[in-house]
Amino acid sequence: MSNAKVLNECQPSFAKGLWALTRRELKKWLSDPVMLVMFVLQPLIWMGLLGKSMNIGGLFSANNINLPQQIPIPGTAILYPSNIPEVVLDGAALSQMIAQMGSKIMEDNFGVVDYFSFMAVGMVSMIVMNTTMFSGMSIVWDRRLGFLDKVISTPVSRAAIIFSKILNATLRAMFQATVILAFAYLLGLKLSSTFTPLNFLGIYVAIFLLGVGLSSVFIAFSIRSTRMERPMQFIGLITMPLTFASNTFFPTKLLPEWMQAIAIVNPLTYLTDAIRHLTILPMDTAALVRDFAYLGLFAAVLATIGIVLAWKYLTK
Amino acid sequence: MIKAENLTKVFNRSLVAVDHITFSVREGEVFGFLGPNGAGKTTTINMLITVLKPTEGTASVLGFDVVKQANEVRKVIGVVPQEYTADEDLTGYENILLCADLYGIPRETAKKRALELLELVELTDFKDKRVETYSGGMRRRLELACGLINRPKVLFLDEPTLGLDVQTRAATWEYIRRLKKEYGMTLFMTTHYLEEADALCDRIAIIDHGKIVVTGTPSELKDSLGGDIITIAIRENVDVTDIIQSVENVKEVRKENGAYRVKAMKGEVTAPLIIEALRRKGYTVTRLSLTEPTLNEVYLEYTGKALRDTEESSRAEFMAQRIHLWRARKR
Repeated sequence: MSNAKVLNECQPSFAKGLWALTRRELKKWLSDPVMLVMFVLQPLIWMGLLGKSMNIGGLFSANNINLPQQIPIPGTAILYPSNIPEVVLDGAALSQMIAQMGSKIMEDNFGVVDYFSFMAVGMVSMIVMNTTMFSGMSIVWDRRLGFLDKVISTPVSRAAIIFSKILNATLRAMFQATVILAFAYLLGLKLSSTFTPLNFLGIYVAIFLLGVGLSSVFIAFSIRSTRMERPMQFIGLITMPLTFASNTFFPTKLLPEWMQAIAIVNPLTYLTDAIRHLTILPMDTAALVRDFAYLGLFAAVLATIGIVLAWKYLTK
Repeated sequence: MIKAENLTKVFNRSLVAVDHITFSVREGEVFGFLGPNGAGKTTTINMLITVLKPTEGTASVLGFDVVKQANEVRKVIGVVPQEYTADEDLTGYENILLCADLYGIPRETAKKRALELLELVELTDFKDKRVETYSGGMRRRLELACGLINRPKVLFLDEPTLGLDVQTRAATWEYIRRLKKEYGMTLFMTTHYLEEADALCDRIAIIDHGKIVVTGTPSELKDSLGGDIITIAIRENVDVTDIIQSVENVKEVRKENGAYRVKAMKGEVTAPLIIEALRRKGYTVTRLSLTEPTLNEVYLEYTGKALRDTEESSRAEFMAQRIHLWRARKR
């Protein structure tokens, strides 16, 4: 065979390489149904137990406000009209009143009446974050097993190596988000009247942006470590603060000021907000524009940093 | 086919893994890098296959510079790494197709060729089994098949039989010989097994501490030791050194433990001549043995240590060096 023929035959392109490497990851993922189930089960348990047990809305339901049937109010407590010795309120009616106020409080703070809907969406963000980080870690194995060196010795585009990892991480996150939202709906998530199935496109774009940003930085970080432990520790260290210093489980405006400062730069806040507006809250264009702009900026900056660092490693 | 000039790799600005080596590999030959662990063999291969950038010096494969034209080099080479790099969760067939995709080989061609290669390395029956079920020998064969998917002009084999048992090793040699015959490729391999270098390589470079100490064909290297060793003993208790010395082809005679250790060219011809010469003077030969030099002696001669010894005794040192290298690569 002539030299030229060999050269012509190999026509590696970025797209082909990216597809080949991503398909490998997806095949690995799908070939292990047990892991797949675990992947979905874990957030479901979290959501089911935490979301349902933290029944904040229930605090204000009329059934839970146990007042005596008659509530006497002494004359000294009444300023106007004066000189009334005592009034007696109907306990049941007062319960109703407080419950109504409760709904208003919930709506003002959480945007929705039931806490479960609020936190189920937060759960989606949390899982997206975890998944994108953990998926990036598989590059440590590729390196240890020599797979990475083998890939580098082929003419496949270096960018395809990095992007396949990012793509894999975001695809997994999207899949999980879909499953969690579906189950949340079955468990009683209340969609807003403005929700249409088309909103899923927006949700996927938001997840994609956060996934690209987080995973590329994480890949750059993992590609340099030789052991799983370090990236694992790192994930453990940052997921908790990121989750709680955001609107994932609680509205930011109720957080202490120093936590609000973190929440306002925390990309998780914007992802959660975007998904909420696309599902349980009425569509708010201004808020969505702000969320997507921030997520887009976050993805662009972090992906650039991550890809530059990973690239440097691959072409050392 | 391959040219390296003053090729050097320094890790971490301090650890010199490969130290200004110069060599060339001709078309169609099997060229072997022989040396103990940590001598710089894998680092050299990694520079030639464009995985590592040389610190100094240049190298080219088929005329393509390994740094400036790295992508052209990658297209025409095949690599069989030291580790088992196949994806355990995929089947053998899927693994080969993945390799094909990385080279951008069209699907149809890739499928046809993958089946051919699986046939060649006798894995057809296991092609749809996951690689995690494969034995060491099967994995090694799969790596071979993956390395051949792009019909490389040069195939790089890094310790192709490391960790395999004797039978599997012999079988792997057979595959390598067949590959060379069927595809007419140039092979560059590293090994620390002397028998392997002797059995497979047309030419060998002995590398130690990052430097090439000697290059030549196995027989050239053996001949450079000064020929065969004849050990001879006679019944009479007299010194016959001069008589033996006078025989044609004899280079050196030494008396050792009552026997004579004779270094001679063409030992199989010289030995009868010595017997004849001794008999003519009335002496009786009681014992004779003829040893042809092995690469082991060559190795001993040039590196000052036996390969077998270094393998064990320097294990700790080697591990320390590996860890050092590993850390260096992280940067």
